[in-house]
Amino acid sequence: MAQLPLSEQDMLVDRGAGFITRAEELAYELKVEQVMTRDVKTVTPRTLIIDVLNLFREARISGAPVVDQDRLVGVISIEDLIRALRDSGRSELRASVSDYMTTRLVTVNVYDSIIEALKLFAKTKLGRLLVVDRAGRLAGIITKGDITRGLLNALQRDIETEELKRYRASHLFEDIISDRTSLILRYHIAPRDFINGGAASSNIKRALLRLGANPQLARRCGVAVYEAEMNLIIHATNGGDIEVEIEPHQIVIHVTDDGPGIEDIEQAMQPGFSTAPPEIRELGFGAGMGLQNIKRSVDELNIESTPARPRLIMKPKRGREEWELSREPAPGQGTRLTMKFFLQADQSLERHSSTGRESAE
Amino acid sequence: MTLQEIIDRLNLTVLTEKKDFTAITPSGVYASDLLSCVMAGAHRRGLWITLQSHVNIVAVAALLDLSAVIITEGSTPEPDVIQKANREEVTLLLTPAPTYTVAGKLWELGLREG
Repeated sequence: MAQLPLSEQDMLVDRGAGFITRAEELAYELKVEQVMTRDVKTVTPRTLIIDVLNLFREARISGAPVVDQDRLVGVISIEDLIRALRDSGRSELRASVSDYMTTRLVTVNVYDSIIEALKLFAKTKLGRLLVVDRAGRLAGIITKGDITRGLLNALQRDIETEELKRYRASHLFEDIISDRTSLILRYHIAPRDFINGGAASSNIKRALLRLGANPQLARRCGVAVYEAEMNLIIHATNGGDIEVEIEPHQIVIHVTDDGPGIEDIEQAMQPGFSTAPPEIRELGFGAGMGLQNIKRSVDELNIESTPARPRLIMKPKRGREEWELSREPAPGQGTRLTMKFFLQADQSLERHSSTGRESAE
Repeated sequence: MTLQEIIDRLNLTVLTEKKDFTAITPSGVYASDLLSCVMAGAHRRGLWITLQSHVNIVAVAALLDLSAVIITEGSTPEPDVIQKANREEVTLLLTPAPTYTVAGKLWELGLREG
């Protein structure tokens, strides 16, 4: 498991914000009441030390809150018992809890994040903290063990949630009956948005995996969409749209934009050919391999593009004796890329029609 | 050779969440700073050596299920890149050494291109 944020200087500093792990995130998300022990053995100030000793032995605990008529008044721990014994031997076992308990109460609220409890553990070196409810009454106790267990359970739930999502989605095509069922995913890609570059492709890859697609197919789709997505970001004036139509036996992906168009598609398909400007090449794009990678990944590829084309405008002057000519090229009207993936019978997203259900990679 | 041994032998800094690197055995190595070349050339579960450190390396590594990205020449990524890598479960490693040296050392350790 990832390291817990126990030391104060490691936490809550901006510089560290980029290094937040899932366990640390959970330390902020999980509340004390979700992980604390509720069924707590308590004693009163009038309980005899000998009875506390017996309680600790029988319940295998090392401390207990002291409660006086619903009011939390202290804590008694095994260390306090040792102190009582040291003071005057066995006779002190007849003394009361009130003579030896600790009245300095270190508490956390039921609604605090467990990060607050972790901070208190680090600061006080205590083994357990008292948990109080909104009225200040004892609601439970919390130990580091409770926190570790709570975090592990939450991480396990994360994994199970993903498995459950995957399980539900993987039955979509058999649960919904129609003559032809398809699932359509749409994404808009903003121009020059390098920060989110690859978001659509990774979401599409995840969706396919959840639907039960073969990992190799999900990866091929991911790579092809990534290249198309980056093309929209780099070249399309206004960005563009990605539409994924998923059917049990095929996946068809349309990528459309209203950008400048591709002047010579065959040239653009040549490995190494790129029109990317230098500042974009510095980021590692513009290798001229994008369309090549798409070609390698898909089962069928169709590119339609309307680039800028010559246009001659003629207007008559002086009684049609002379003509005024202007040559303004008509602007490009965008590109439409259609990528198709055909799923073999044993890869079908519809389970009952497939032969090798849990197909290996 | 496990990723843990590679991290130790090359003295790499782990920028992302610690995992059980002893359980990861990279399938091969690929070095390039051009993302589309990596898309074409890197192996599934392989290592990628690059001096690029911007956010798109995470997308590429995630799509290719790479074992780890070794960022060279101390080209430290921004915190949001590391955050995204953690979300996508991509391991980022950092070294002050240049790409050539890293590739050479990996070759000496017996890792071939895969």
